Amino acid sequence: MNVSYGKLMMWFFLLSDAFTFSGLLITYGLVRSANPAYDPASGPFTFSTEYWPIPEKVFEAVPFFHGVPLPLVFVGLMTFILIMSSVTMVLAVEAGHRMDRKAVEKWMLWTIVGGFAFLSCQAWEWTHFIVGTDVPTIQNTFGNKVEIFGANLTHNQYGPPAFADFFFFITGFHGFHVFSGVMLNFLVYFRTVQGLYDRRGSYEMIEKVGLYWHFVDLVWVFVFTFFYLV
Amino acid sequence: MAHHSEEPQITVLPPDKEKIKKLWRVALIMAIVTGIEFIFAFTLEAGHLKTSIFVALTIVKAGYIVGEFMHLRHEVKVLYYSILIPMVFVVWFLVAMIYEGLSILGAK
Repeated sequence: MNVSYGKLMMWFFLLSDAFTFSGLLITYGLVRSANPAYDPASGPFTFSTEYWPIPEKVFEAVPFFHGVPLPLVFVGLMTFILIMSSVTMVLAVEAGHRMDRKAVEKWMLWTIVGGFAFLSCQAWEWTHFIVGTDVPTIQNTFGNKVEIFGANLTHNQYGPPAFADFFFFITGFHGFHVFSGVMLNFLVYFRTVQGLYDRRGSYEMIEKVGLYWHFVDLVWVFVFTFFYLV
Repeated sequence: MAHHSEEPQITVLPPDKEKIKKLWRVALIMAIVTGIEFIFAFTLEAGHLKTSIFVALTIVKAGYIVGEFMHLRHEVKVLYYSILIPMVFVVWFLVAMIYEGLSILGAK
């Protein structure tokens, strides 16, 4: 076979990781389809713990535009950042094939910058999701009216408790992958600078870490569709 | 005495213009597909049609990432199929669980 041992094992690891993420996203699908959806006939959309929210109504905040509804704009930016860092990663791999250390260093640095930018966006998004909007959601529990702001694992203003749970688990698990990816990217960048891959005579390590980084982007494409769009 | 260097001789090849152009083209296609998704997100009513379009466009994007960026389309066929075929389990699991979820909703 014409695939190196390292690349083959990375592919099999990614396959198993794909199963893990599929498990999370499919469970989201199960719980979502088991909950009632918002009925447009009942009037304009408001947050309620009675039915599953419309995602674009939940994710419509953008930094510095407080109170302006801009649905999906911020996640769109995050998607753009991650796709761009995937492009810079392929350019690093391409430079590695040519043994061009300077170019590998340049593109790896841009990839690391993209990874940090994405993580920063996610930190802001989580903060907004946890703190909540200006107007609370009123939950009617046995005649007691309770005001809910923001979200935690047991209550959230956007919909059924499971909605926030899945948000924290799925985007959190993905964000953890991005974080590990940034660490690996930094490691191979550091070793490139040290000249290890020149001495080794091969830049295949960039390719293997690149596979992981593209996988992180791939998962985001699915999270974006199933969590934010559908 | 001649200086003996441990540093190997590195031959740096010039950038492959054709290959780099192809990579940027893939990036452009992905940006356009994401743009189309945004248009549908705001113009279509929620329903099976909208969901199907989103799923189809997501698979297109996933195909480009895995096929071109991760280079799987150009790897040996054994690797290609050993990654692709196990995905059948994911499709089965998805269909089974959505069906299950709708049954739970119906039984409530």
